[in-house]
Amino acid sequence: MKMKADDYLVYDAGTGKYKEDAEQAVRDDVEKHYWLNVGRAVLKDWRLYLMLIPMILVFLFWRYFPMYELLGCFKVDDSTLDVADQLYAGFSYFKDLFVGNSSLSTEFWAAFRNTFLLSFYGLCFGFPMPIIVALFFNEIRSNIVRSVFQVITYLPKFMSTVVMTSLVTMLVRQASPIAGMEMGVISRFLVELGLISQEVGNAGLLNDPGFFRAIYQISGIWEGAGYDSIVFFAAIIAISPTSYEAAQIDGAGKMAQMKYVVLPSILSTIVIMLINRIGSLLNVGYEKVLLLYNPNTYVTADVVSTFAQRYGIADGLVGIASAAEMLNNIVGMMLVIAANTIARKASDVSLY
Amino acid sequence: MKRKLEVSELIFKILSYVFLTVFAICCLYPFLYAISAAISGREAVEYGQLVLFPKDLQFEAFANMFNNNMFWNSYTNTLFITFYGTLWAMGVAILGAYALSKKRLLFRKGFNFFLVFTMWFSAGLVPQYLNYLNTKEVFNAVGITDDKWLVVIAMGMAAMNIILLRNAFEGVPSEIEEAAIVDGATEFQVLSRVYIPMSKSTIATVALFFAISRWNGYFWARQMISNLNEHPLQVFIRLKLEEFQDPEAMTGWNEAYASDSVIYALIVCSIIPVLIIYPFIQKYFAKGVNMGGVKE
Repeated sequence: MKMKADDYLVYDAGTGKYKEDAEQAVRDDVEKHYWLNVGRAVLKDWRLYLMLIPMILVFLFWRYFPMYELLGCFKVDDSTLDVADQLYAGFSYFKDLFVGNSSLSTEFWAAFRNTFLLSFYGLCFGFPMPIIVALFFNEIRSNIVRSVFQVITYLPKFMSTVVMTSLVTMLVRQASPIAGMEMGVISRFLVELGLISQEVGNAGLLNDPGFFRAIYQISGIWEGAGYDSIVFFAAIIAISPTSYEAAQIDGAGKMAQMKYVVLPSILSTIVIMLINRIGSLLNVGYEKVLLLYNPNTYVTADVVSTFAQRYGIADGLVGIASAAEMLNNIVGMMLVIAANTIARKASDVSLY
Repeated sequence: MKRKLEVSELIFKILSYVFLTVFAICCLYPFLYAISAAISGREAVEYGQLVLFPKDLQFEAFANMFNNNMFWNSYTNTLFITFYGTLWAMGVAILGAYALSKKRLLFRKGFNFFLVFTMWFSAGLVPQYLNYLNTKEVFNAVGITDDKWLVVIAMGMAAMNIILLRNAFEGVPSEIEEAAIVDGATEFQVLSRVYIPMSKSTIATVALFFAISRWNGYFWARQMISNLNEHPLQVFIRLKLEEFQDPEAMTGWNEAYASDSVIYALIVCSIIPVLIIYPFIQKYFAKGVNMGGVKE
């Protein structure tokens, strides 16, 4: 608290005397009784704070308490004890993961690489698709025809992950001579088109590590490209028709119109969605991987979450699994914050 | 004034029709195949004679499904989790979002950060799993032995949805609230009579988000629900798939329909209710995706 005299006394030119500064006195009073005032405000608006309580409890119990459990990555595994009471293990689990010569370390780095690669390929192939679809939607002048296309292409989004992966599994299933079954129908098409050999098709595409990434991306596009185009399409139809007319009068062909009218208009939307996507680069949908992969494809399919699930939940090696997730989460958080900062600098739009 | 299309425009137009047609066929084909395969005869499905249209019609795969008590059980469980889960999540989210939308709330920035931080940093699967195990113990200790309640209460909250609601509430003009207060409305009345009616469409959209994530929920339900009879539909589908994917186990299969048909029938059954309500919810969905684009 400030006690300097000049804070209190101001010179009054009218009377030629020093007098107390009323504002400063109030300010000091507020400072002195800060918590008292907080208490008064809370009491006055107690209903408002009561409304916050359920939300805070839900987040505390099931979002923040797990973060506390995450500290298990520094503690020796012991399921009988609380995290706080477990023996301190230091960075030994991290060491095992990062620099160990064991298969564990190799597996972890493969998982980390796969996490990054699956997202990165998603960025390269999955991200542009909705934009392209939206551009094509815009070309269709008839509302009815366009609506039909839209309804059909949004449809796959309404499947759950389980249904989607079940369908994928069935469509590229292996042939099983014992039960006398042929390979899945999509595999059959691919064999007929000469894209894959009969043997590969018979063995099942999901059992071949070489196909996992392709299946993951293609099923992602199948599921989301139509639906994700909504936001881009909304940006495109917001373009005023006069812009096109002006460009046409200037003699712009389709490509020039795309380049000088459409792209600049939807650029901000694209940038926001791109930044959003980069922010969640390490946030691969573990459910989809978990439902599609099997021991044959761990090499290309395993991501950090599924690695942690296998070791932590299935095998009970909590420390190792938590250490892996800790690393993944920290890198992921840095990406989100970086993406958000860039967004704020680049435009006035902040994502969160 | 009509003007003639330029050549490049014409080419682009043709290209877009071709592309969209191909894409739409790709989107639709797996569903059509699934329906066909569910109602085709065993030979046709197993020996790969099926391309699009069903062959040797049979409906026993569906009948098998409908006669299975576990199927109806899991359906009921999914409805239970979806209904109560959405209700609970919406209740918590609306109250919290309303408080957060008020400028006079003290430590507002702090509370917002408390929410947003969970979007930046999540503990991960294993710590969450351990946490849910602890919660389960607590629930059992107070006499809630039905694990569905664990799924309903402990899971599925999303900070993003609360932020969407908060933004909608912030858009309500404060004059209306002041008018209501002058008329003697309490805080809860202001919320229920002013704010909720004025942001109906956002509330519908967010409720839809919650409902969809509940309907689709699989992983945690499978991990945390120990009683097989309490499993939701998604878990049931997955378990059936795993059972039927084992070729050795399927050698003894001697029904008139293929074992694959059962899975396809199950897939069709789980999509149909979504398709029925799809036309009614579509506009909220489109709205939601646009809201998600720009936040705050």
